[in-house]
Amino acid sequence: MKRILDWLDARVGWRKLTHEALYENVPGGARWRYAWGSTLVFCLMVQFVTGIFLWMNYAPSSQTAWESVWYIQNQVAGGWLLRGLHHMFAHAMIVLMALHLMQVVIDGAYKAPRELNFWTGLVLLQLVFGLSLTGYLLPWDQKGFWATKVATNLLAAVPVVGPALLKLVIGGTDYGHHTLTRFFALHAGVLPGAMIALLVAHVALFRRHGLTAKLPKRKPDAPFWQDQVLKDAVACLAVLVTVLFILVKPRLFGHGAPGIELGAPADPTEPFSAARPDWYFLFLFQFLKYFPGQSEVLGAFVIPGLVFGLIALMPFIGRWKLGHRFNVWFLFTLLIGAGLLTVAALREDGTNATYVTAVRQADRDAERVRELAGSPAGIPVSGAVTLLRNDPLTQGPKIFSAKCVSCHRFGGHDGLGGVPKDLQSASDLKGFASREWLTGLLDPTRIGTTNYFGATRHGSGKMVKFVTKKVAAFTPEKREQLGKVIVAVSAEAGLKSQREVDGREVKLIEEGRGLFVEGVGCAECHAFHKPDPDASGPDLTGYGSRAWLVKFISDPAHADFYGERNDRMPAFGKDGMLSAEQIGLVADWLRGEWYGAESVEALKR
Amino acid sequence: MSEPNQCNCGGDRRGFLKKILASAIGAVLTLVPAAAGLRVLLDPLRRKTAAGGAVLVTSLEALPADDVPRKFSVIADREDAWNKFQRVPVGAVYLRRTRGGKLEALNVVCPHAGCFVDFNAAKEKFICPCHNSSFAMDGKIADASSPAARGLDSLEVEVRNEREVWVKFQNFEAGKAKKIPV
Repeated sequence: MKRILDWLDARVGWRKLTHEALYENVPGGARWRYAWGSTLVFCLMVQFVTGIFLWMNYAPSSQTAWESVWYIQNQVAGGWLLRGLHHMFAHAMIVLMALHLMQVVIDGAYKAPRELNFWTGLVLLQLVFGLSLTGYLLPWDQKGFWATKVATNLLAAVPVVGPALLKLVIGGTDYGHHTLTRFFALHAGVLPGAMIALLVAHVALFRRHGLTAKLPKRKPDAPFWQDQVLKDAVACLAVLVTVLFILVKPRLFGHGAPGIELGAPADPTEPFSAARPDWYFLFLFQFLKYFPGQSEVLGAFVIPGLVFGLIALMPFIGRWKLGHRFNVWFLFTLLIGAGLLTVAALREDGTNATYVTAVRQADRDAERVRELAGSPAGIPVSGAVTLLRNDPLTQGPKIFSAKCVSCHRFGGHDGLGGVPKDLQSASDLKGFASREWLTGLLDPTRIGTTNYFGATRHGSGKMVKFVTKKVAAFTPEKREQLGKVIVAVSAEAGLKSQREVDGREVKLIEEGRGLFVEGVGCAECHAFHKPDPDASGPDLTGYGSRAWLVKFISDPAHADFYGERNDRMPAFGKDGMLSAEQIGLVADWLRGEWYGAESVEALKR
Repeated sequence: MSEPNQCNCGGDRRGFLKKILASAIGAVLTLVPAAAGLRVLLDPLRRKTAAGGAVLVTSLEALPADDVPRKFSVIADREDAWNKFQRVPVGAVYLRRTRGGKLEALNVVCPHAGCFVDFNAAKEKFICPCHNSSFAMDGKIADASSPAARGLDSLEVEVRNEREVWVKFQNFEAGKAKKIPV
């Protein structure tokens, strides 16, 4: 063994290299404050290792980016941990970089002859920001997509070359495949490459000039190995333990899966009011709010550029008497200012109802798409975004809250859990066509309430009169017959929630159908399984089924339904207010016809 | 670099313990991210091919009893990482009915290196376009100089409902003398 090592040493000189690396002088002995640089190198190493393994599973295109990340997160053994480490170490780097910068400025380590050291450090800081920005987009989820869109759109504010620059960055006029391929090349190739080159220079210069000792020295000088190495290792371990703790926290405290979140897939047609940059850019985001109209370029480029320029000039400023104090003071003001801006941004969002609702909806969509992606049908080639677009549980409430709640309600709310501003003036459609819902409709004490016909023109119509007068006077025997008719009419809908009981009660349904025609008197106004030209009420054949509902929503004033008696309900299909797909989605949602989860509420954690 | 003034901080034993501790922590710092990455790297090893049942390939009408092999696509469900495909081509088979009425199915994949073989009607042989392996109509190696280690892979085939031809489609490891399903 020794011979091999000697042979290698004669050619490589590793003994001298190791000696230099390990026996670097630490003036005044090992101290905790010297550990920041090492923690950053450690973070970078973790990012390289985890990044390369993520790379093996990641597919940058707008139909595969989110999907491959979902796969890493949910299907690959240990994928959540790998992605979690990469994500959290990126955050850790930002924090540690700020601490490293503070330590360098406070200790005056930026002064001559270490200017180049300082400047390479500043460029490294910019590179880390660049990696964060590009990495934020790669999962191609709503958050990353919209935040990046906002951030890159700022580029267009750059005078003269702005628009061209924007096109170059996003790879065309719109965000898509080429935005991802470019960002990925930057994130996994260009920026890390630049980073290695600069880090080598940064560390080499650091070695050349040695550590800047914190005066007064407490102890005699010591070599790097082993006291300082141990301190550095412990500091790195603390970073690692913190990151791991954050990652497994959800499991430890019993709320949800470990790891970090993955939002719903990016959908350029689905507005996302919860778009925010990551926390470390929030100060800049907040700062930009104070620059109206055309002056944005000031806030986005000029002022940050000047501030950064001033930081770069610190080595020169530090030469003057009081210059060092100015530098320290300036950096602290800057960090406190950024901190205050961040707090302001968070507080503003916290009280912003639109933002809070958007975040809630984003969480719901994220949860739902995870369920759909994991369903036996899986993710189609068109991408996971179509899963949500075609999902009645996701789209139904959205369409309902936009088009229906000016009159209707769903369980007392707008379908999404919100309270509509318009007063309820038509039926509550939760459980529409179910036995329960029909029982309420045929209840003399309930049909006249706003949850049924109370606030509509039908409030004084034949049906309400029939129920409040005739049904109210039913004998117990007739009442029992009515119950059977309800079962039969409800069975027309073929609701998922009643499929089992409908299947069990075939005889009862058959009986109810007979009683519909001869018994309780429904057939006097309604057609049922055979044409009735004299019918004045809606045809109840297939009542509440998908086809019936779609036809009804498309044109409630059709002769098969309310005809001329229609109240205010628009012909959503006939008049082109909703597409056939949208009407189908609302119908499916009202009927509870979707994959998985019980309800929208159930999606909320 | 100037030689540091060595300090004897607490003596040799303490220094030794510190060395051990620093090395141990260093190992943990290296191993955690590396292990997380390797676990993901090795994930494919725990994946197995979904056991495919028989699929309907064609009908007897399309397959005259004339000894001649004919190529048919196999349509089945397929899974590719996060995507699931329903009823897409997953491969192809050569089917033939002998004059005696016997039904035979061969996977079109050459067992040497995985190219698709062509049936040459004039020579009455399957020829692999990649390395010139040649196979007789029943799939056996036709020419001893063929680089393939075994004949074309026969597949289970049966007639259902008097006319439907169903094949249990499978792929096998290339390059081996034995048929080992992948």
